[in-house]
Amino acid sequence: MPIMPVIDQARCDGCGLCVTVCKCGALVLSDNTVAILEVDNCGWCTDCELVCATGALQCPFEIVALEG
Amino acid sequence: MNVTIENISHLSYFNGVESARLAGLPPLFTSKSFIKGQTIVSEGDKQENLHFVNAGVVKIYKTSSEGKEQIIKIVRPGESFNDVAVFGGSFCPYSAQALGNTTIVYWIHKNDLLPVMEKNWRIARNALDILAEQARLLLTLVEDLSFKNVTGRVAKILLQNATPGPEGYQRLTQYEMAAMAGTAREVVGRSLKSLEDSGAISLERHRIVIKDRSYLDRLAGLN
Repeated sequence: MPIMPVIDQARCDGCGLCVTVCKCGALVLSDNTVAILEVDNCGWCTDCELVCATGALQCPFEIVALEG
Repeated sequence: MNVTIENISHLSYFNGVESARLAGLPPLFTSKSFIKGQTIVSEGDKQENLHFVNAGVVKIYKTSSEGKEQIIKIVRPGESFNDVAVFGGSFCPYSAQALGNTTIVYWIHKNDLLPVMEKNWRIARNALDILAEQARLLLTLVEDLSFKNVTGRVAKILLQNATPGPEGYQRLTQYEMAAMAGTAREVVGRSLKSLEDSGAISLERHRIVIKDRSYLDRLAGLN
């Protein structure tokens, strides 16, 4: 199951800008609510997070240190 | 696509202006649709049109001679761009690219806009507010890029958050890193790219992998 961006529905105002910038079809807008689909080709471009004015959409990075 | 008074009333320059005063404006506007990635204006273009995003979203950015990109602003519906070229000279100081799948942009030529502003103080006042806000944004960006060691701060944030806790690795968004570093998300994005170019980290989809801890230590002033 791919890790996907996260949406906080309480902060989402349903503007749909994230849906318009999504290159992989992972975001859909229905009844002013954005839903995230699990797709394999989400490249984590973070454009959806960039354009979200309310901070509802988040693309968090795990921070991992290589050993040594 | 026709531009209506209703459309214009949602544009930042015309906030609070009575509909009756917007009656003559629609024919002065041009509307065009752009696809994702399409350039709307290019830096250095001779350009005297004030642009507004009606739908979708537009990225305003500058590109260095080495091809590095610095995002200046994300322009959302109702907001304007190319204001500087319209009011302060004819050359566009940045490039604008459509980010949304269907981005609809309106524009009005300076020669059509200025007489309207001269007759309506509210529109002129809105323009002043918008230009002041844009100047404030740019000054903040200058401060961040000139005086703050943002890359060092980002390096420190990465080092401090690279230790897994009971629930796994710490996860941070670029907005959260920006808030922690006291800067804008756009500056954090550039810092991460710079760290990746130097080989200190790699960006692997939803993961930032620290490859050269000692390099980050030095940048962060930790040794």
